[in-house]
Amino acid sequence: MTRALGIVAAAAMILLFAALMIVVMPSIQLQASVRPPEGLKPYSESALVGRDVYVSLGCVYCHSQQPRDPSLGPDAIRGWGRAAVPADFIYDSPHLLGTMRTGPDLLNIGARQPSVDWHMTHLYNPRAVMPESIMPAYPFLFEVKEEAGPRDIVVNLPDDFAPDGGVVVARPAARDLVQYLLELDRTYPVDEIPVEEAD
Amino acid sequence: MSTAIAFLLAATFVISVGGLGLLIWALVNDQFTMGKRAAQTIFGTDEVGRVEDPATPADTRAEMQRERGEIADRGQQGLEDRAARVRADRSSRTPVTWWLASSLVWLVLGSIIGLIVSMKFHMPDWLVNDPALTFGRLRPAHLNLVAYGWASMAGVGVGIWLIPRLFKVTLQGPAYATAGAIIWNVGIFLGTAALLTGYSDGMEWLEFPWPIDITLVVGGALAAVPLILSLLKRRVQHLYVSAWYLLAALIWFPMLFVTANLPNLFSGVEQSMLNWWYAHNVLGLWMTPLGLAAAYYMIPKIVGAPIYSYSLSLVGFWALALFYSQVGLHHLIGGPVPTWAVTISIVHSVMMVIPVVAVAVNHHMTVAPHWRLLLYSPTLRFVVLGAVMYTAASLQGSMQALRSVNEITHFTHYTVAHAHLGLYGFLTYIMFGAIYFIMPRLTGREWPYPKAITAHFWLVFVGFAVYFIFLSIGGWLQGLAMQDPSRPFMESVTLTLPYLEARSVGGAIMTLGHVVFAVHAFIALSRSGPVRDDAALFRRPAAQSPAGGSA
Ligand code: HEM
Ligand code: HEM
Repeated sequence: MTRALGIVAAAAMILLFAALMIVVMPSIQLQASVRPPEGLKPYSESALVGRDVYVSLGCVYCHSQQPRDPSLGPDAIRGWGRAAVPADFIYDSPHLLGTMRTGPDLLNIGARQPSVDWHMTHLYNPRAVMPESIMPAYPFLFEVKEEAGPRDIVVNLPDDFAPDGGVVVARPAARDLVQYLLELDRTYPVDEIPVEEAD
Repeated sequence: MSTAIAFLLAATFVISVGGLGLLIWALVNDQFTMGKRAAQTIFGTDEVGRVEDPATPADTRAEMQRERGEIADRGQQGLEDRAARVRADRSSRTPVTWWLASSLVWLVLGSIIGLIVSMKFHMPDWLVNDPALTFGRLRPAHLNLVAYGWASMAGVGVGIWLIPRLFKVTLQGPAYATAGAIIWNVGIFLGTAALLTGYSDGMEWLEFPWPIDITLVVGGALAAVPLILSLLKRRVQHLYVSAWYLLAALIWFPMLFVTANLPNLFSGVEQSMLNWWYAHNVLGLWMTPLGLAAAYYMIPKIVGAPIYSYSLSLVGFWALALFYSQVGLHHLIGGPVPTWAVTISIVHSVMMVIPVVAVAVNHHMTVAPHWRLLLYSPTLRFVVLGAVMYTAASLQGSMQALRSVNEITHFTHYTVAHAHLGLYGFLTYIMFGAIYFIMPRLTGREWPYPKAITAHFWLVFVGFAVYFIFLSIGGWLQGLAMQDPSRPFMESVTLTLPYLEARSVGGAIMTLGHVVFAVHAFIALSRSGPVRDDAALFRRPAAQSPAGGSA
């Protein structure tokens, strides 16, 4: 029996030790040193709702939000932004760093593509703006109306993609999602982020 | 900070290597007094040298035995040992049936969803009108179904079946484990329904909304009760290495799963570290131990030879614990996390070569002298292939954790191919083999259609080869294109299309194999197929069976 207990106890200790090393220690370091950048506002209410839509529709499975250092790849040259730093994410929960680039990095999509119109068309059907895209279409974020109301956002569509009659307008989920995308903008320079030395 | 960091780095390294050194010293000086005898605990009297594969027809089994070398009939003690084991198997029958049968349902469902996900890559306008069927919802549904529904449930089922055999007692408190299976199933069902309707916690491997996670915690805890009760009553001197893995997995999984699912513990980058600490540990310290526990039992049992080196298996165990637990941050290489912490993970990823080689030598050297048995035994084929894939996936993983390789592969389909080499090639194959071995003991009959076993094997073998080879090549090319600033990003998308289509073909063949397997298993469980051979070995212990066969 003591041997069994020894195995279990040692196994648990090893895991605790590992958690200390690769989660707790670096977290302490970050929490001691990371301060909110002046150039980064907390997400607006609409963007937070949009962020939930992003989570719920699983955009993270194809898009990272973590441009890498130039030594690791041409992320900056592709216009995805400077290397991300921990302070860029202080308002993010759940984190959406992602592990795939089936599509491009999105941490700075708001700066790279600030047009609401473009985003609406792209979400309705990506192939309407990028013929070779393999991103899924999200028609359920939109509805077809006879005629647009005064506050509706109408989606501009090439003839091939437009419905036979009526106009395509954004549902609230699409508006919030696009608001979130526009607020993805970490183009402020890193040296303006306040830092506090940990020791 | 930098001196402190250098110190920490050095400290983890020293502690890890020191721990390993201590263990080797202990083994060399025979502090464990185990060696050969411990390796023999899984055999009854007169059993070494006797092949065993209840998934083969009796005549094939006889041929297998001739291949392995003739062996004398069991003596009185041998018969008693066998009868005790039949009693042990009976005692675990209900919970094992629940866990395994459920896992098969999730396997088929998860595979079908995986296939749809795969097809959506090259058919982006297919099934887009219903948000429940959008790529980003089916993708986590696939992962959670195969990881927690299939792999975990099959692993736990095999584990529960092993317990009475490893401890030589009847399973104590089987009803707890049965209740655990039911509650776990409720969790998988609710979790998947939540994902499809848009409720996700948002982190990979932790998507199920946390209130639903509670069902998995309760279900898992209930499944652990018989392990502990049986341990207390055990009648063996030595704990066989499979028991080590099961015991450790038993403590690791709840620690990991509960910590990582606590809501609002962290945010931002800290949360990403917690996320990947969890996600790699759930592979390394949960799924891997379950797979290795099964392999360490099945390989020696089927070929009828004790494991090659028992000491080596203990080195493998502790080195795995020490090194695997620290590798999580290799999922964030190049990310906005402290570089020193990532470096710790990379170093440990490379050190993983030690336990992997230890396990590889042990598994492969046990089989090597008897490799011709692979021609007869489908169970052995699955388990040995799984063990080979474990070696392959792990060595590939160590390479892939190096910065120079990772910068190319990190964000590509190459990682997905590796993920399947691990969870499919390794774990799933071993579970297939284990289930072929176990099921006849649950039903008391042989598998009704041996041809279905052969069909299953070739379907998943060919299907997976297509899946893995094409996706690895496609992923690598994708990475090269992405890293080349002179090529537009869209090139890295379009060039993968033929490979993604090939993956769908491979995936479809695999899925077909799973359907064949599941249907066959349910026919066997419902006892409706042809009774080919109600082999003596499955009979109730009361009906004393003639010497000969195996059990
Ligand atoms: C039967 C056929 C299967 C098919 C067609 C299939 C297909 C897929 C697809 C398309 C993905 C998504 C990849 C992405 O988002 O880029 C995926 C992910 C995954 N699948 Fe499967 N799969 C199958 C079986 C399995 C099985 C049986 C397991 C495990 C036991 C498994 C484990 C995983 C894991 C862990 C991931 C996540 C990979 C990652 O995040 O890198 N799959 N699969
Ligand atoms: C020595 C052992 C191993 C090492 C060092 C290792 C290393 C790695 C690395 C570096 C990645 C991340 C790639 C990236 O995102 O760039 C990875 C992903 C993965 N590995 Fe391994 N691996 C090992 C063994 C295994 C085994 C045995 C399994 C299966 C049981 C496995 C399953 C996976 C899965 C499922 C992923 C994808 C996770 C995700 O993105 O969701 N690995 N591995």
